[in-house]
Amino acid sequence: MNLFYLIAATCFIIGLKRLSHPKTARSGNIIAAVGMLIAIVATLVSSDILDLRLIAIGLIIGSTIGALFAARVEMTQMPQMVAIFNGFGGGASALVASSEFFTTTNSPFLIVCISVFIGTLTFSGSFIAFGKLQGFISGKPIVFKGQQFFNALAFGGIIILLSINNLGTLDSQSIFYAVLALSFLLGMGLVIPIGGADMPVVISLLNAYSGIAATATGFLIGNNGLIISGSLVGASGLILTNIMCKGMNRSLANVIFGAVGLEVISDGSQKKMNIKSYSTTEAAMILDSAEKIIIVPGYGLAVARAQYVAREVADTLEAKGKKVLYGIHPVAGRMPGHMNVLLAEANVSYDLLKSLDEINPEFEDCDVALVLGANDVVNPAARHDQSSPIYGMPILDVDKSRTVIINKRTMNTGFAGIQNELFGYDNSIMVFGDAKDMLNDLLKEIKEL
Amino acid sequence: MDINLLTIFILAIFVGNEVISKVPPTLHTPLMSGSNAISGIAVVGAMLAIEMGGTLGTYLGLAALIFATINVVGGFLVTDRMLKMFKKK
Repeated sequence: MNLFYLIAATCFIIGLKRLSHPKTARSGNIIAAVGMLIAIVATLVSSDILDLRLIAIGLIIGSTIGALFAARVEMTQMPQMVAIFNGFGGGASALVASSEFFTTTNSPFLIVCISVFIGTLTFSGSFIAFGKLQGFISGKPIVFKGQQFFNALAFGGIIILLSINNLGTLDSQSIFYAVLALSFLLGMGLVIPIGGADMPVVISLLNAYSGIAATATGFLIGNNGLIISGSLVGASGLILTNIMCKGMNRSLANVIFGAVGLEVISDGSQKKMNIKSYSTTEAAMILDSAEKIIIVPGYGLAVARAQYVAREVADTLEAKGKKVLYGIHPVAGRMPGHMNVLLAEANVSYDLLKSLDEINPEFEDCDVALVLGANDVVNPAARHDQSSPIYGMPILDVDKSRTVIINKRTMNTGFAGIQNELFGYDNSIMVFGDAKDMLNDLLKEIKEL
Repeated sequence: MDINLLTIFILAIFVGNEVISKVPPTLHTPLMSGSNAISGIAVVGAMLAIEMGGTLGTYLGLAALIFATINVVGGFLVTDRMLKMFKKK
């Protein structure tokens, strides 16, 4: 039996390995899926399952819902979808552990509780994250008095319950239900104060939790398959969490307990900026005389579904013999890698999508950086202004290009609530307006030149 | 705790760390949805839980099976849908 789980686990590892390049990634995903099929079929065949009917019902219901989700979801909604799937994964692990607890009399109670704890916390936390991303719950941080105290109390309660278990003062069923309830509340309490901009970190972290929950359940039922797969997912989630935190220059503790974005930091010593507002005709002429252009998309671009026309602009410029690249900040979207998917959907060739480390040296000899709906991630204050709340955050060095064209709807501030000094730079020009309208005009103008 | 399980766990963490740190930022979203599908391996635990029987345990197992199957099927399909879009001109 374990041989088949080993084969499945090998498929998962090969599958993840092939994700190291867009060329091999698709086959990697298929290999991983085959691994899963092997694990499922082997489990079905080798164990003398009495009630195949129930299993068939479960598989059919689950597959139908899963396939519907996968076919219907918009690419902008991927974060919600991953959030909800994290929740299902965590929930499944907690349910398996609960089932084990109620049917097996000698199951190790501590591991049952750990599985239930992590799984349930992932479940409730993920659904809050889903609600926030989908707009069912306010995306703003929701903070109430004594919140930290409430979370500490819930967590402390779980620890105390687990330690008094050995003393025999409470029966294990009461402890089980108490742990379940407290974990559920803690999951909600941890996610609800976190704001929209920090969601990439939260989703990555919940992804890691769902893996850890599977691992814990693997220990409980002594199953290698669950332990290996859960560890892979846990490692993946933690690595992504770390990358997202670095992208925002925040510590994990700061994201979870900080509730940033709640108060707008008003900088009293705001310098007067000399803003130069240009028309699309002028912007088109600047682009026409450029040789190397780097497009910096922000999430606003995707919200306006303007990535398609942005790609058309890029194609037209390329047809005129210009080099066009895209600079993608790690936290440009609402989850790790989100902006890349949104651009790939608009048929942008993947070799043009450059990460922060790849693109920054390219700005030195870049003629025009075209900033579309990005703000905080191109603010040079992050490099030099120690009083800025975003000081130290890695940014795209667009200001090093000869000219920076910035499209914004208004002069409103970004997530960090600060004005961007880039807009007042000598080499910066602003083109105000809705991203889609502006790009459509720009496309027309460029074609006419 | 079984030392064999612990050994597998530690080794898997190192393998995971090694393999996943090589995934480029461009593919981080498919990595997440794909690894999500992999965490649906709880589907195996769910089937074993149903098998054990005992009414409450069976129904909890059935719920787990539905959750985990959503994860597996939805996760792999949506990852494929995304990866199909990554093309080079």
